[in-house]
Amino acid sequence: MREISTQTIVDAVKDASIQANLELGDDVVQALESALEYEESNVGKDIIKKLLENARIAREERIPICQDTGVAVLFVELGQEVSVKGGGLHQALEEGIRKGYKEGFLRKSVCHPFTRKNTGDNTPIIVHLDLVSGDKLKIWVVPKGGGSENMSRLFMLLPSAGWAGVKEKIVQTVAEAGPNPCPPTIIGVGIGGNFERSAILAKKSLLRALGTPNPDPELDEIEQELLTEINKTGIGPQGLGGRVTSLAVHILMMPCHIASLPLAVNIQCHASRHVEVVL
Amino acid sequence: MGKEYHLKTPLSVEDIEPLRSGDRVTISGIIYTARDAAHRKIMELIEAEKELPIPIEGQIIYYVGPSPAPPGRVIGAAGPTTSYRMDPFAPKLLELGLKGMIGKGKRSKEVIEAMVRHKGVYMAAIGGAGALMARAIKAARVVAYEELGPEAVRELRVESLPAIVVNDTLGNDLYVEGQKKYRIN
Repeated sequence: MREISTQTIVDAVKDASIQANLELGDDVVQALESALEYEESNVGKDIIKKLLENARIAREERIPICQDTGVAVLFVELGQEVSVKGGGLHQALEEGIRKGYKEGFLRKSVCHPFTRKNTGDNTPIIVHLDLVSGDKLKIWVVPKGGGSENMSRLFMLLPSAGWAGVKEKIVQTVAEAGPNPCPPTIIGVGIGGNFERSAILAKKSLLRALGTPNPDPELDEIEQELLTEINKTGIGPQGLGGRVTSLAVHILMMPCHIASLPLAVNIQCHASRHVEVVL
Repeated sequence: MGKEYHLKTPLSVEDIEPLRSGDRVTISGIIYTARDAAHRKIMELIEAEKELPIPIEGQIIYYVGPSPAPPGRVIGAAGPTTSYRMDPFAPKLLELGLKGMIGKGKRSKEVIEAMVRHKGVYMAAIGGAGALMARAIKAARVVAYEELGPEAVRELRVESLPAIVVNDTLGNDLYVEGQKKYRIN
């Protein structure tokens, strides 16, 4: 067994949460830069330039890209030959977030559903844990803002809906969201599994770096087709009209029940934040 | 692109009426922040006919919950939040003389009608450009509901805060018009 101390995990998660919120990933910067080339609207171009400038200011001046530093979502792959020493894994992940949000001056955005009282430290966190082979601990820190999450949808379609039905619902979800989720967006799609798995797949698809193709050639083609359809809506940057409504569509798919065709569409704003740490 | 205007708060009807959907504005002076939790509290005071923590007449409310100010700064990131959560409250505030709202995203039919009736405008700031927007904020202090944390009501002194007029006093909607122009059927 390989031992990893909880302190190592706390420090890594703390640093990753700050980095994710202050430094827009190179893949997103590049996607915005290439979007500038095919945006036709002057207002749209101006907005994309301002988003790039915003990312530069955040990185240089060490303040968050967006004030909504999100609910802390963590995808974790725990190698089964790893032994966590000094406490619980979940507690260590949570302590890392608590510290990162305090020391990084990140906004605490978690509250009671009805009293709306803020929990004060951005916990509880949301962890998706997979046990895998090997002796590594992999953690993706993925802060997710409320604006784009609110526009996400889940559909339990009839199997007869097929690809046509799935594509229609995806484009419809983006069209109905309009300006609200801060376009240009990235559309995470989860197909199959069951009710909750489709939503997790949709979110997980957003971890793939922008500009990298889907490893499945058929899905890759459908992603391109959907992106073209979505960008025909004319929603454009910030919904003020233009060519670039979304930067990419990402699909993850798995088999499902013979009676079902679950579909989840998780909309991600242009501030797509994900930092990967391997311990 | 539309015209450019510089607005200085507090605003009069004369300041607002020439603005058209698609115009770009920069705003200077004092503006107030409030999100849905603060709106709900302000509405309770209005219903109870009690004194409000901020003036409404001629003012602008910016829908924002900033991130905490790091040492040496007046505020953290401060971009707009999605406005439709404030839709149930906005018509009443417009009736009381609110002249401007800054946020992002679509407004309801009721809010758009109230802007026409009471002469108000809705302006969009760039969602997700929180670091850039913070540059226009020169001073910030909490004036009510400190317990709400990021959702507390703040008084901001801004200089040339940039925004785009989405809904004007004639009922125009830039989200509808702008998208129509680029839609491919």
